[in-house]
Amino acid sequence: MEDLATLGFIATTLGATWRLATPLIFAAIGEVFSERAGVLNIGLEGVMLMGAFFGFAAAFTSGSIMLGLLAAIAAGLAMGLLFAVFTITVKADQIVVGAAINLIGLGLTAFLFRTYFVSTGKGVEIARPIAVPWLVDLPLVGEALFRQNALVYSTVLVALLAVFVLYKTSFGLTLRAVGEHPKAVDVAGRSVALYRYGAVLICCSLTAFGGAFLTLGHSNQFVEGITSGRGFIALAVVVFARWSPTGAFFVALLFGLFYSLQLQLQAQPGLLVPYQLFQALPYIMTILALMLVRNKGDTPAMLGVPFRKS
Amino acid sequence: MANIESGPPVAVAAEQFKQGGRLASRMVASVALPAAAVLVALICGAVLLAASGFNPWDVFTVMLAGVFQDMRSIAEVLLKATPLILIGVGLCVAFRCSIWNIGAEGQLYAGAVAATAVGVAFDGLTAWVYVPLVIVAGALAGAAWAAIAGLLKIYFRASEIVTTIMLNYIAIISTSYLVTGPLRDAAAAYPQSARLVKEAWMPRILPPTRLHVGILIALMLAVAVYVFLFRSSKGFAVRVVGISPHAARYAGMSVSRNIMLAICISGAMAGLAGAFEIAGVTRRLYQNISPGYGFEGIAVALLANNNPIGAIFSGVLFAVLRSGSELMQITAQVPQVLVSVIQGIVILSVVGFGVYRYRAVRPSE
Repeated sequence: MEDLATLGFIATTLGATWRLATPLIFAAIGEVFSERAGVLNIGLEGVMLMGAFFGFAAAFTSGSIMLGLLAAIAAGLAMGLLFAVFTITVKADQIVVGAAINLIGLGLTAFLFRTYFVSTGKGVEIARPIAVPWLVDLPLVGEALFRQNALVYSTVLVALLAVFVLYKTSFGLTLRAVGEHPKAVDVAGRSVALYRYGAVLICCSLTAFGGAFLTLGHSNQFVEGITSGRGFIALAVVVFARWSPTGAFFVALLFGLFYSLQLQLQAQPGLLVPYQLFQALPYIMTILALMLVRNKGDTPAMLGVPFRKS
Repeated sequence: MANIESGPPVAVAAEQFKQGGRLASRMVASVALPAAAVLVALICGAVLLAASGFNPWDVFTVMLAGVFQDMRSIAEVLLKATPLILIGVGLCVAFRCSIWNIGAEGQLYAGAVAATAVGVAFDGLTAWVYVPLVIVAGALAGAAWAAIAGLLKIYFRASEIVTTIMLNYIAIISTSYLVTGPLRDAAAAYPQSARLVKEAWMPRILPPTRLHVGILIALMLAVAVYVFLFRSSKGFAVRVVGISPHAARYAGMSVSRNIMLAICISGAMAGLAGAFEIAGVTRRLYQNISPGYGFEGIAVALLANNNPIGAIFSGVLFAVLRSGSELMQITAQVPQVLVSVIQGIVILSVVGFGVYRYRAVRPSE
């Protein structure tokens, strides 16, 4: 029990935090785009599974992680298109369609995995860790934090890019307007539907990329339901982050910490608490987080409401 | 319809004709369109099967022949339909109130745990007392588990979609803890609870099959919930809150009370499903007591357009699919999870065909 408090424990926990937060960061930032445009996509879990599976399948057959990531993005775009057609063009309820997307993602990946891959039993070679010069030599945390693979580092890039696109470009301004006052955008002569399609596709490709991290950058195998609720937790991250991309980055890191603590504490011998308590930690924390923020007024005004041109 | 009696004969005929037309179009909406949705889903499933190197025709014929082979296999279908109907009927109430309870799976586990805890606890009770006791314990536990999400929604405005899903995980993990810890049968090799006291077992209605009295209770509850939802003022209030909370508030209805009522009814029905699984089928608690009935119940309710009577039929349909998919797995090595893909496509087709005319809580601009 004494080593619980040691610095080594803290350093490994922090390193694992960033790694375990990576899929959440991608999915949450993606969902920020979608929700800012007024589209509530609860199908993240299914999309993430598709990314995880197709990333794994493509990397497994081609031997290239790059192709795996591209396949994951393509799978994400396909699911995003399906979601967008039903929610934006057909104007069906977003929650119902999202639930269907989750079922399809879960079923399709498990079906294809059992049909083609389950007997192979082999994994893929995951992305290699890269040491960041200088930073890796920092005392204590250097090794743990700055010897990660490129996918982990790319979360910072994605967060910065998301801030830039959402707040510094005309595309981002219009996208946010679509979520607050779509009529104004329509009167200004821009297509609300087009921007919503764009937002959903950005959301789903980022989410699928986050899913691919699970199979190509974290564990080297696909397992049915490998995302284990991360898509849903990302939804809570977005609420907790008050729909801000930087907020999503840091809140996702907080949840990464819960995941990391869960793994680290489970591995501690001689704990008197049942290990299931740690398993449940991310889910309990999600509920507590939602209680903590309450729902203030900064929800995108038209979140979940289909736009009908009149 | 007083104006029909007072109007001239032509107008009466026209009115009747119009009503007949409306009836016909309602028939189309409630039968033909869901049927078309299922057909589209099956075709998509067939394409997927063919693409993966299976012969879809063979798979489907083997599946149907197996499902309707004999009394036993039909009883198995009804056995699977029982939790699906219960959960689907309960979710009709929640969805009509625009409460997106995705947590039926967790509420089922809560009901199963409570039924087990009560079912192993007492000795010397008669079955007439013990069985209802177990069932009520399951329903109350399911309602209580759902109530957490309801309270979080009312007092913290936390989205029930996220909280019910999180509560699913917590319920499943807790069950795993209970069967490996406090409720574990020490004599058993696998993590499982002790067997329920014999007086707590639900009676079987069609021996030698496993079909138990739960299916009859499920059917009666479906009718009761239909009457509640569409023929009672309490049910009317639930639906008004679902369509427009503002209108409900203006009419003096309590939004939060109706939300709690709707989510607790759906939770109680899922809890019942869990109690029935324990007291009627397995008679012990296991780690994975449900193969996803809670999620399937969502598709059951949506396919039925959130009508409890319709949920009986969609529940049986999904039970046929589930039984069939198990056979597919055994006889043709087709992975059983195909059934979730088909369910997802059923939902999409239903919304695509516009059967499911959902009215947004907030009016669209």
